[in-house]
Amino acid sequence: MGDLRDLYQEVILEHSKAPRNYRELKNPDRKAEGFNPLCGDHFTVYLQMQGDTIQDVVFQGSGCAISKASASMMTQALKGKTRQDADDLFERFHSVVTGHGAANGGDAELGKLTVFSGVSEFPTRVKCATLAWHTLQAALAGKQDAVSTE
Amino acid sequence: MTTIARPPLDSGRTAVHEAHEVAPGFDVERVRADFPILREKARGHQLVYLDNAATSQKPKTVMDAIVRYYEHDNANIHRGVHYLSERATEEFEEARKSVQTFLHATRPSEIIFVRGATEGINLVAQTYGRVHVGAGDEVLITTMEHHSNIVPWQMLCDEKRATLRVAPINDKGELILEEFAKLLGPKTKIVSIGHVSNALGTVNPLAEIITMAHARNIPVLVDGAQAVPRVAVNVQELDCDFYVFSGHKTYGPTGIGILYGKSALLEAMPPYQGGGDMISSVTFEKTIYNKVPHKFEAGTPDMSGAVGLRAAIEYLNRLGMDNVAAYEHELLAYATEVVSAIPGVRLIGTAKQKAGVLSFVIEGIHPHDIGTILDQEGIAIRTGHHCAQPVMARFCVDATARASFGLYNTKEEIDALVRGIQKVQEVFA
Repeated sequence: MGDLRDLYQEVILEHSKAPRNYRELKNPDRKAEGFNPLCGDHFTVYLQMQGDTIQDVVFQGSGCAISKASASMMTQALKGKTRQDADDLFERFHSVVTGHGAANGGDAELGKLTVFSGVSEFPTRVKCATLAWHTLQAALAGKQDAVSTE
Repeated sequence: MTTIARPPLDSGRTAVHEAHEVAPGFDVERVRADFPILREKARGHQLVYLDNAATSQKPKTVMDAIVRYYEHDNANIHRGVHYLSERATEEFEEARKSVQTFLHATRPSEIIFVRGATEGINLVAQTYGRVHVGAGDEVLITTMEHHSNIVPWQMLCDEKRATLRVAPINDKGELILEEFAKLLGPKTKIVSIGHVSNALGTVNPLAEIITMAHARNIPVLVDGAQAVPRVAVNVQELDCDFYVFSGHKTYGPTGIGILYGKSALLEAMPPYQGGGDMISSVTFEKTIYNKVPHKFEAGTPDMSGAVGLRAAIEYLNRLGMDNVAAYEHELLAYATEVVSAIPGVRLIGTAKQKAGVLSFVIEGIHPHDIGTILDQEGIAIRTGHHCAQPVMARFCVDATARASFGLYNTKEEIDALVRGIQKVQEVFA
């Protein structure tokens, strides 16, 4: 089991306390809700698209430090990216948080998101880190039902 | 019944406890020695197990009883003419009698073996409920119920086009009795209420509740999942109509639980599941059901579970439920004092009458993060909604952190919890 500081890195704590892009979009092109029924985490992700490009992505909701920081940093990473970029990034992110990614979290494409590599040492927290991403995917896919981590 | 000798005290452990002061005759160090799992390390620390409301640990005597059953007595019950079947049947029925005595039921046939409190409630909803609750009728519960005392009634109400009414609680987490009284009406067909709340620790005033309901001839089911391990229960004194509890929260094995019902009610109820053992005779034209309690016990039951539950009850009887209750009361009082004194910590559930459960939130820190950080210190607590989402909604929180105590916990473990909470606050400082 890893050190707590690997999980609760300064960047993560800072984003959890002051999440970026934390608001509602009044008329989003797409939005989706995501739940983690085990711990009650609940986020809504709102998207403004320009063709295939994510023009704006914001979120609102409540959750633990990991899920909130992950949502916050996800929105920062995705602005201006295409759907394909977003899918690729999630795949890399997922690999890193589940411990299947590049050694030492050294995935250059992930950039700042590599701070979540410590999550892989805490298997029960993987769902926290990926909740916003699953919700984003549902929004991109235009799904109507809320997504659940269970 | 042979009594398993207690293993000798672990001489390596420092005996600094003052249990004698809080509950004379209750030696927590000796009790701890009865529970092998308490010697486990968690994340490199001595395990501090404070998740007893989820499930309790088991004394060695329970495990020994189960092994002994399989080594010496196992056969199917109530059917074989052979030696072992007779022994197994006797063990199973003796277990029923030990539960009867423990709950102070009038007769053994009032004790139905089920899988747990959840199945007990479902059984009543699907048998008594389906007969007595019709369109326009009402079922009355409270805001503080566990999902297992909400959803079975919702399912029944949906099917019967009946209404589920919910009696509110105050800011301390106590049932508002005047509001409860107002909700009891001519349409109320059953009241179902927790004895001790799993999310808040509130002990409900059952005597008053049952008296009020009975004044209108409304039967009352009591969900005793959190009460039976913590306080002495006397169903005749309570005069409740049904009472359920789970073996695994009562220092017994998983997979076994109890539904108590008054004889007259049980006899009038239709069976729950169909199958073997619950019949007197079967033809393709007509089946005659067996007598109570067998009518409600279709199929081969959890025989080793019943034997294990009996061992757990005998263990509790040896300690004395009054001693257990007194000791846990002291623990909870101490935990309440020291945890609520930590700046930034708010208790959820501050009822005057409480047992076993300390739910709390920390300003600006999500319970899930509290749980992870405490876990790194070897401290097991529960975080989340505790299968009581309406309670979370009532207190406007998504989740809480919950420490819940058992008869083997110590003040030193509560001190470890306090240090853990301080560490959580340091990480998030």
